Amino acid sequence: MSLVLDSFLGVLALALALRVLLAREALAAAIGFVGLGLVLALLWVRLDAADVALTEAAIGSGVTGLVLLRTAAAAKPVAPQGVAVRGLAALIAFAVFCGLAALVLTLPEPAPSLADEAAAHLEATGLGNPVTAVLLVYRALDTLLETVVLLLALIGVWSLSADRDWAGAPPPLWRFAPTPPLVFLARILPPLGILMGLYLFWTGADTPGGAFQGGAVLAAAWLLVLLAGLRAPPAAGSRRLRALLLFGPALFLAVGALGVVFAGAFLAYPEGIAKPIILVVEAAITASIAVTLGLLVLDPPQPPGPLPVEGHSSP
Amino acid sequence: MSVARDVFTLLCLLAGAGFFLAGTLGLLRFPDSLSRLHALTKADNVGLALIVLGLLPQAGSVLDGAKMLAVWALVQIASGTVAQLLAQLAHGERGAQALADSAAPSPEGGPT
Amino acid sequence: MAETFLGFAACLLAFAAAALVRLWRSRGAADQMMAVQLLGSAGVAVLLLISAGTGAPAVLDVALLLALLAAFAAAAFHSVRAAPPAEAPPAEAPPQRSPTP
Repeated sequence: MSLVLDSFLGVLALALALRVLLAREALAAAIGFVGLGLVLALLWVRLDAADVALTEAAIGSGVTGLVLLRTAAAAKPVAPQGVAVRGLAALIAFAVFCGLAALVLTLPEPAPSLADEAAAHLEATGLGNPVTAVLLVYRALDTLLETVVLLLALIGVWSLSADRDWAGAPPPLWRFAPTPPLVFLARILPPLGILMGLYLFWTGADTPGGAFQGGAVLAAAWLLVLLAGLRAPPAAGSRRLRALLLFGPALFLAVGALGVVFAGAFLAYPEGIAKPIILVVEAAITASIAVTLGLLVLDPPQPPGPLPVEGHSSP
Repeated sequence: MSVARDVFTLLCLLAGAGFFLAGTLGLLRFPDSLSRLHALTKADNVGLALIVLGLLPQAGSVLDGAKMLAVWALVQIASGTVAQLLAQLAHGERGAQALADSAAPSPEGGPT
Repeated sequence: MAETFLGFAACLLAFAAAALVRLWRSRGAADQMMAVQLLGSAGVAVLLLISAGTGAPAVLDVALLLALLAAFAAAAFHSVRAAPPAEAPPAEAPPQRSPTP
């Protein structure tokens, strides 16, 4: 039975991917992409990777879905590439797939893996979830760099506005006055989203979850509030906002530096208090990730001007 | 006791799957967007509720059962509102489509 | 029992796939979003069944998340596609019945 289920999922994922590639309109492709994210989340669950499934659902249906939908709706229609270019792209993609399949299928039994070593040292970290241990202990440097990369991406988005406008606020997410059902949803869902985000962050220590998933859900909750116009986007020059953005990476760096002093290496944790430190760092990066992801969806800051009037397109 | 529990679960799951099937058939066969939306949000909702009901006795712990109930409550609240949101869009699209059809000169007077 | 749960999950997926295939022939974007919503609610049901079938409670968290974000995706789509009532095409438009609040 599980084979039947898994093959259904595989075929469905392939069909959706083809749909996204072959859709004629950008909006149809964006909608298909959101559906593909859902199916991929199911696939990850079947592969026993609940952490990845959580991230896929949170990002694909949440933040990335919104970015793609907005872009697709706003994009001018572009003539598609010629058949030759698309055929070449398909050929290269297929070659990559064949290479990966060959690699996976010719792995020795048992496949080389560090899972046993990771599990063996789990007790020293105080964590119960090996994925969180990998992210925040064994490969903490990668996670630190990832938070910085997110910040750089945000700076990239902001650099699309003129220098003098950097302190301004992004324009509202909505183009026309939000309808009552949307406002209702934006009053009901965000508290649940906040609860879910905090829960995912907290439970990531021992069960699937973690800072990134929690942050993505918090960002989605905030974006829903912005979509319904219940709050205005914050000014990019606001000190509080910038402090929040920097809080995560800065704290992580500070903990890493203190690790040199107290535990002998950069990003090493002293024995016995590893888990509290990890939780504090995770809390900080959850907050920063939430704000950064939310701002990444918003447009670059604009100079303050008249708000878009109901019924007219924004300038 | 365990047999009764399994029978209850099985019956609820069957009914739930039946409602999902009904919703899918409605989506496939109903003539216009708004009735398809109705099939989607109502039948799938009841189907999910029945599946949750069927899985509750099999839950591993109270927390798991509470989570399943939370899923159900969330879907109930959200899907009703989502139906409204999508209906507004479908209504607008139908109006725009009808206008486009009436504005463009039809090639012949036959049925579309 | 576990196998039965997975069997039901496969069934629901088959229904969702069948509806997807057909709905995507529709022209309207609202229909396509409906297909994704169907996939979402079927996916939540599938996850609940998988959780019961494999005894993994973490999958319930994924189901909760999926339910929450499917609604978010629909809200995002609505906000992106919503047209203002004042943008009705010119004069010979038949009077549109506005939805009662």
